[in-house]
Amino acid sequence: MKPPRFEYARPESLEEAVALLAEGEDAKVLAGGQSLVPALNMRLLRPSLLVDLGRVRGLDRIEARNSSVAVGARVTQRAFAESPLVPPLAAEALPHVGHYVTRNRGTVGGSIAHADAAAELSLCLVVLGGSVVTNRRTIPAEEFFVGHFTTALEPGELVVETLWPRLDGWRFAFEEFAQRRGDYGLSLVAVALRLEDGVVAESRLGLASVTDRPTLVADAEAVESLELWGNLHASPDYLRNLTRILVARAVARAAA
Amino acid sequence: MSVGTERETWVGQAVLRLEDEALLRGEGRFIDDLDPVPNAYHAAILRSPFAHARIRSIDASAALELPGVVGVLTGAEVAAMSHPFPVGVENAPASYCCASELTRYYGEPVALAVARDRYVAEDAVELISVDWEPLAAVVDAVTAAETDALVSDRSFSYGDVDTAFASADVVVADRFRFPRWSCNPLECYGVVADWTGDSLTAWANFQGPFTLHSVAAAALGLPGSKLRLITPPDSGGSFGTKAAVYTYVVLMALASKKLGVPVRWTEDRLEHLAAAGSATARVTDLAAAFAADGELLALRYDVIEDVGAYVRAPEPATLYRMHGSLSGAYRVRNVAVRNRVVVTNRPPTSLNRGFGGPQMYFALERTMEIAAGRLGIDPAELRRRNLVRDFPHRTPSGGLYDSGDYEACLDDALELARYEERRAEQAAAREEGRLVGIGVACVVEPSISNMGYITLAQTSDERTAQLPKSGNAEGATIAINPIGGVTVRISTTPQGQGHRTAAAQVAADALGVAPEQIDVLTDVDTSTSAWTVASGNYSSRFSGVGAGAVHKAATKLATKLRAIAAPQLGAEPDEVELRDGKAWANDESVSLRRLAGAAHWNPDSLPRGVEPGLHETAFDAAPNLEPPDADDRVASSAAHGFLADVAVVEVERDTGAVRVLEYVTVHDAGRLLNPLLVEGQVRGGFAHGAGVALFERIVHDDEGNLLTGTFMDYLCPTAPDLPPLTMGHRETPSPFTTLGSKGLGEGTTMSAPVAIANAVADALGVQALEVPLTPGRVWELLR
Repeated sequence: MKPPRFEYARPESLEEAVALLAEGEDAKVLAGGQSLVPALNMRLLRPSLLVDLGRVRGLDRIEARNSSVAVGARVTQRAFAESPLVPPLAAEALPHVGHYVTRNRGTVGGSIAHADAAAELSLCLVVLGGSVVTNRRTIPAEEFFVGHFTTALEPGELVVETLWPRLDGWRFAFEEFAQRRGDYGLSLVAVALRLEDGVVAESRLGLASVTDRPTLVADAEAVESLELWGNLHASPDYLRNLTRILVARAVARAAA
Repeated sequence: MSVGTERETWVGQAVLRLEDEALLRGEGRFIDDLDPVPNAYHAAILRSPFAHARIRSIDASAALELPGVVGVLTGAEVAAMSHPFPVGVENAPASYCCASELTRYYGEPVALAVARDRYVAEDAVELISVDWEPLAAVVDAVTAAETDALVSDRSFSYGDVDTAFASADVVVADRFRFPRWSCNPLECYGVVADWTGDSLTAWANFQGPFTLHSVAAAALGLPGSKLRLITPPDSGGSFGTKAAVYTYVVLMALASKKLGVPVRWTEDRLEHLAAAGSATARVTDLAAAFAADGELLALRYDVIEDVGAYVRAPEPATLYRMHGSLSGAYRVRNVAVRNRVVVTNRPPTSLNRGFGGPQMYFALERTMEIAAGRLGIDPAELRRRNLVRDFPHRTPSGGLYDSGDYEACLDDALELARYEERRAEQAAAREEGRLVGIGVACVVEPSISNMGYITLAQTSDERTAQLPKSGNAEGATIAINPIGGVTVRISTTPQGQGHRTAAAQVAADALGVAPEQIDVLTDVDTSTSAWTVASGNYSSRFSGVGAGAVHKAATKLATKLRAIAAPQLGAEPDEVELRDGKAWANDESVSLRRLAGAAHWNPDSLPRGVEPGLHETAFDAAPNLEPPDADDRVASSAAHGFLADVAVVEVERDTGAVRVLEYVTVHDAGRLLNPLLVEGQVRGGFAHGAGVALFERIVHDDEGNLLTGTFMDYLCPTAPDLPPLTMGHRETPSPFTTLGSKGLGEGTTMSAPVAIANAVADALGVQALEVPLTPGRVWELLR
């Protein structure tokens, strides 16, 4: 479990980081390293260059901006969780992200850019209708996630920050089922609702882990027609049942 | 000395662990902390990506060109340089430490690269190219039993089983599968091998049994004195698996021999999960005959044991470790068993906490639970009616249960669990549609294995042709230096249990000093330690013979100190008492330090007949451990603890998630040496057992590919995943051990899987279930 040889650079500015990324086609960005470093050690990834964002200024801020919260790419999951600006949905989801010690180092931008299909933060960003700001453009979250470990990022493009709409007046709930605390969830559900006179006026319902990317669905019925793949821990039938139950729980809790 | 006096003993007290300060300060000395020879080079292993394949050729030329690479060792060279490991089963395939022509499991070593560091070594391994011819794999044990993969088939019958079944009112029969699972200590295997001239010195975090020293020496063709094996002072856990590190000692030794450099290798977690020694998988058909009043009349086992690709010593010991306890905690007189050992295309098995107990009790205690339902008798009551009451108790298969109050333990467990109330709550919960279940397990926990039990894999005639094997001895050394420092050296290779503390307590009682004044050395060196084939850390033998050896050595030394002190105090030796660091008689005292100084500096002053030197070695051996008799009966262990467990679970109907609401375990393990260490052992044993009950299993697909290759898929319980645990203890001393103590670190690993399974079966109202009871599986049972 030792990585193959790679070059390592630690730029001080975003411009420098982007320039380095443009140099090496198979360069990888290192932020908290909680997913990347194990993948290197297991030789699942073999980048020729690691660009460490650790010293890039300005990527560790959380600030209110218009009706959203802007979260710098290098903000740790723990700092996000403890920020007074953390969106309620993300606050619910963050305790499920890995473990306390991994959240100390794992970053919000890293989790989003890694695009694991079972990632809690990706699902929350999609359900809130957020977006990903790169060095070139702003990409709506729904378009950012393309598949498991796959994003719309192009070569030389770097996540700078994520924008989390506050959705004032909405209600939220996040549900996850994992076999052990901190495991990748077998199924993840997040919901945002806006009620008018006790009736749902608007809703956004999202699923993850059972789909290859965080996915918005129209309603609970959509679960019935999902194409599901079983895994070592769960059959497709079980996953469908689980998702059905988590949707019901999330919706009930958000509406309560 | 300590027993029978009015003075309070150190033994029995919750002395804080003497080990902990160094460990907490990061000052432990583990295999990776040792740098015993300068300029050791690092090895990495090329492992088979197929469960079964022919190796047409290996080309290491690219690896050899990589800067920093010292050399490569291939399976063909291993075959030429070494012998197959000796094995106790005749038809087993020949097994080397590395595959040469044929690889038989995913993860099997096929070559090794040695380089200046592990990074380069791993780079080199990637450059070794192998021309593979994949072959069909056999993964299922039941299928394997129908082929020449069946390597041992022995049947045993004790009493009159057929007649008992014919006269039974109720017969319960079912098939029980127990999965492969493993130990996963924090620290994986580690070896440093230094071949110089015609001899090998190897450092390894090996845990014994030291029978395997002979196995390694035989594979290397080394005469006894030429294999010096040294274990580090600290080990980062083992729970059994580090017995199997010996195959890597041989592999690294051959690399060192071929390349002429010291070689070190630290197993990483991927290697460990893929190929380290794990428990056997077992399929048990068990039939039980009962009278209408619940009396257990007979048991008939038919067992298929999957030991993986090779029968690696000490296998098939997992199958025979429990042989004297096939009747469990019950008085049943008629027991039959057919034991079939099969090889499959899975990694070779080794020791795992409980060693055969979890597998056997899963079948037996599920059967008791199922029978209770059929007989209309409460499951706890059915067990009570059958529990062994009189001791010593000779089991049908030859086991000799030493002592205990089984019924009282069961009562305690039921009381701690509020069993009657729980049953009422369960009924009320069911009314509300909730799935609450209660499970019981009663387990006899053998400790201090008879080294002879493994020969049951051979017929009586085959055994007669060989040197008989029996017993279980252990040694210890104690010395006092000229300035009064006391040093104890043990050969029980502790892996975190606290042997240092317990040994200090035992020696402190004999010498009349405080435990913290005694240094206990735990590193074993086969050239200098007091050891024997049985030495090491397995079958929960420390508290019996390990502590017993310390007691005997310390008592020898104390006797000598009294003899030396007597003339100075104007008393007879047996009037001298050792306490508070002094020898006392007639209200006079002389300090231990002064006595030691005199013995070292002025041996001329020693009383007549007293040998100079304050350095004693003693061996303790448990009695009654004879070789198997002509009728295949064997006292497979010296001491037998008992435990009664109650598990209360609630199953979430929607998700199938099992929540253990309460777990009660009550032990009678004889005299407890240190209640704090006991608690640690019981908690650990429970975690290991609850692991397989709810989370852990090693899975290979039909082609033998590993599906649980990382901790993402091999799920060990973490602290927050473990349910609350309530413990109780009784202390019925063992008449067979020197201090009256028995092992207790494995019992709850034997009981928890089946107690929790019984509770889940009770909650769901189903009979057929398998562990681990993952949410997905439980949900399928609910459909």
